[in-house]
Amino acid sequence: MARAAIPGRLTWQLARVVEVVDETPRCKSLVLEPPEWSGHRAGQHVDVRLSAEDGYQAERSYSIASAPEDAHLVLTVERLEDGEVSPYLTEVLRPGDELELRGPIGGYFAWDVSDGGPLLMVAGGSGVVPFRAMLRHWAAAGRTLPARLLYSARTLEDVIYRKEFDRLAETGAEVELTLTRQRPADWPGHRRRVDRDLLAEVAWPPECEPLIYVCGPTAFVEAVAEALVDAGHQPGRIKTERFGPTAA
Amino acid sequence: MTPKDPGEQKEPYDLDHQCKSSSGHLLMSRVDRGFTGRSRSTTDPSRVPPGQYLTRDFPVLSAGPTPHTSLHEWSFTIRGAVDEPASWTWEEFIALPAETITVDIHCVTKWSKLDTDWRGVPVDTLLDAVDTEAEYLTAWSDGGYTTNLAVEDVTGGRAWVAYEYDGEPLETEHGGPARLLVPGQYFWKSAKWVRGLALTSDDEPGFWEMYGYHNHGDPWLEQRYQGD
Repeated sequence: MARAAIPGRLTWQLARVVEVVDETPRCKSLVLEPPEWSGHRAGQHVDVRLSAEDGYQAERSYSIASAPEDAHLVLTVERLEDGEVSPYLTEVLRPGDELELRGPIGGYFAWDVSDGGPLLMVAGGSGVVPFRAMLRHWAAAGRTLPARLLYSARTLEDVIYRKEFDRLAETGAEVELTLTRQRPADWPGHRRRVDRDLLAEVAWPPECEPLIYVCGPTAFVEAVAEALVDAGHQPGRIKTERFGPTAA
Repeated sequence: MTPKDPGEQKEPYDLDHQCKSSSGHLLMSRVDRGFTGRSRSTTDPSRVPPGQYLTRDFPVLSAGPTPHTSLHEWSFTIRGAVDEPASWTWEEFIALPAETITVDIHCVTKWSKLDTDWRGVPVDTLLDAVDTEAEYLTAWSDGGYTTNLAVEDVTGGRAWVAYEYDGEPLETEHGGPARLLVPGQYFWKSAKWVRGLALTSDDEPGFWEMYGYHNHGDPWLEQRYQGD
């Protein structure tokens, strides 16, 4: 890769909070208007910085939930009970407030249509956020490639972007939900953890050479990536993004 | 500073400290109303770099699947701008003089972990096996990962190739059988699953460095991304 691929420096800026959207009991989407946004690739993230009165600052990274084509920058934040930053973002921040951020950051765990496909995304919990950006980009770019999302959530209530995924499914995206802890009696989707059998059922076979993205808690990503490699997928076609329990 | 009379006027703010963002732009010192942050009383600021928080866990961050290399196939090689490459099998490697060290580690994703215990071979010892004038090197790993370092940042007791963590063999998900340990720089420089060092005459950006992360990555200067 050429040295010129390195992007320019990232400066902190104050984005205006346009809207705060309830996604699930624990997740909210922050719709933001940064004064300068050079664009991003689906899958990238931003750093957010909060400042207390005594000058103390806390920084965290959040995945971008919006597509490059969208009018606003959207972050979806899950509230962690012992978190330092996420409770503020999900409970205190209001429309009209300002939020200090910089980005976009990353570029490996990113996808655009020029990267090709078939595109397989495997999400655990709020690891689905970057895949919402990828699916929105996929739709905006004309749905030219097969795209499939396997999304594991604990309960139906925990499923983020459910209505949007239903709409995307009507226009050609394949969205497979699995509920691991609790499900409605008439639940038509999958009912177990993402294991070898479920991957064999849902993933394209290695011969199709899908480009695979896996995002979720560390144990989830370790298990899914290992199962995919064991099934014969090339490690170089599998990109992972992990977050630990401390990723508040 | 001398003790102040309660009625005494406050010192003027230090402009450099209060009003400049890290981007160098002058900003009003801003506060996120209602944000207090965690208690700072238990945190020693001399050990936690700016923007970092302490964790007692050991989070895992990798760009791809965890590679599994058997110890029979494992070797460690120094190559590139050297008179003669040097290579060790696993048995030869663990027979090298090793050190036990306790260091603080800082990940660019914001977590820091204090007093971590490791055992490994100093990079000084490994580089003593080759003759080189090179000032840079690229650490390379199973799975294709690379990261670039200045030779002066990994010598003089600054870096190790570690194979034990907390008295146990290093777990695969944390980079085992062996990983680079460079506590003076953000932890992506401490390449997991490291298999060798390639000496280079020019500084050549590695994996994350190509994706916009800082070329040097000093946590105390908060060198997270290019331009920081």
